[in-house]
Amino acid sequence: MEKVVEIRDLFKSFGDNHVLRGVDLDLYKGENLVVLGKSGTGKSVLIKIMVGLLPIDSGDITIFGQSIKGLKLGALNKLRLRIGFAFQHSALYDSMTVRENMEFPLTRNVKGLTRKEIDYRIDRLLNSVGLPQTANQMPSELSGGQKKRIGVARTLVLEPEIMLYDEPTAGLDPITCMEINHLINQVREEFNTSSIVITHDLTCAKVTGDRMAVLLDGQFGAVGTFDEVFHAEADPRIKSFYDYNFIQ
Amino acid sequence: MGQMPATKGPVISKKIDRFFIGLASAFLFVKRFFQEVWKPPYEFKEIARQCYEIGYRSLPLISLTGFIVGVVFTNQSRPSLSEFGATSWLPALISIAIIRAMGPLVTALIAAGKVGSSIGAEIGSMKVTEQIDAMEVSAINPFKYLVVTRTLAATFMIPVLVMYTDFVALMGAFLNVNANEMVSLSTFFVQVFEAVSFLDIFSSILKSLVFGFTIGIVGCYKGYNSSKGTEGVGKAANAAVVMAMFLIFIEELLALQIVNAIRAL
Repeated sequence: MEKVVEIRDLFKSFGDNHVLRGVDLDLYKGENLVVLGKSGTGKSVLIKIMVGLLPIDSGDITIFGQSIKGLKLGALNKLRLRIGFAFQHSALYDSMTVRENMEFPLTRNVKGLTRKEIDYRIDRLLNSVGLPQTANQMPSELSGGQKKRIGVARTLVLEPEIMLYDEPTAGLDPITCMEINHLINQVREEFNTSSIVITHDLTCAKVTGDRMAVLLDGQFGAVGTFDEVFHAEADPRIKSFYDYNFIQ
Repeated sequence: MGQMPATKGPVISKKIDRFFIGLASAFLFVKRFFQEVWKPPYEFKEIARQCYEIGYRSLPLISLTGFIVGVVFTNQSRPSLSEFGATSWLPALISIAIIRAMGPLVTALIAAGKVGSSIGAEIGSMKVTEQIDAMEVSAINPFKYLVVTRTLAATFMIPVLVMYTDFVALMGAFLNVNANEMVSLSTFFVQVFEAVSFLDIFSSILKSLVFGFTIGIVGCYKGYNSSKGTEGVGKAANAAVVMAMFLIFIEELLALQIVNAIRAL
């Protein structure tokens, strides 16, 4: 299978806090990879490094065969257009309507689109995430689940090949969580994306993930399918993570 | 033996370090502004929107303040001048005070409070809610879109507001002079323009450009570097006002020295 992301021996520290300590991971084309771990283990840091929001201390990340280490801003921006990032708190622009939120990255990155083409793309995506009626609403008028959906739609407007989801179900009720989980799967099928889903929600992991990778003490403690990772003889820390989630 | 008292040395040293790091980061921020301002895209629409926000939306407060400054300053100056039988000099005195110093200073201080805090809070909240990161990952330059546009708008609009404040303050002064000394509008403005030189108006506009730039860039800098959630947003807004006001006073002092030196030539 074709690798779209290769992470090799990645280190990242914030002062004395050594968050990532030699991380290795691959993402294959068309798969949904779930990165699991407790809060503060560096899950979000990992994907923020991938899009150049944080610098690498040492090690390397290769995306579509291109190393992101030392990449110039122009080249990094070209790469960023192929990667969609759905933020934990959606990060919708407060001062813009939903339509303007989606139009903003589109008109700045894709030149020569007519008004009709822009509207067509936006309306199609709003329909895909099931929120066509919100186009003229402000983000403050939307619920948490709606914001997450619009956040995903805004990301998809640039037709990325890789989707990065940062805690997509955090702070949502169980029914909305399930809707978001289905949306993640739907996005993969409809837009042929490969995805990394950062979460500590095992239901989300089980529903959306083809493979899981569990971050423990700055390294991946286990990588494999859900059943492979959470088997009976697994590391007690991984088992306790499983028990805690499902007892909850 | 009792415990040794903790020395203040490392604490002071850390504060000094932080001061110089802050200074260097502010310098780099301003340098980046001057690098980015020439590069496309020029975001004219956003600049126009910010000009509207900064200029038009400040008009009610600026109008009221300008008018009151004109009336109060005239009222307070009258007794001193009347002691020498020189109340006819009121229009000249007031115009010099308003155009040279009070108009730019009062407008800049009000704008620092209103505009500076609003820029600091807006960009600060965008920072802590990851909206700035969202722009970056969409290959949009947030510095260009947020900082350059707001700083340019403030730089353009503060001189306009200063001229407007000067006019409103002079009108306030005229109403006061007219009510007490029965001076007509034309006589009042003839005396005003006789007293004011080209250098006064030119230096006032130039100074206002610097004040506007200061308000914009300080608001953006404080907002862009805010952290620690909502608490950080409040601090950014507050720091934007305090720092901008402090710098405006220093710039006013420097401008005064420079203009006086030119006048002495």
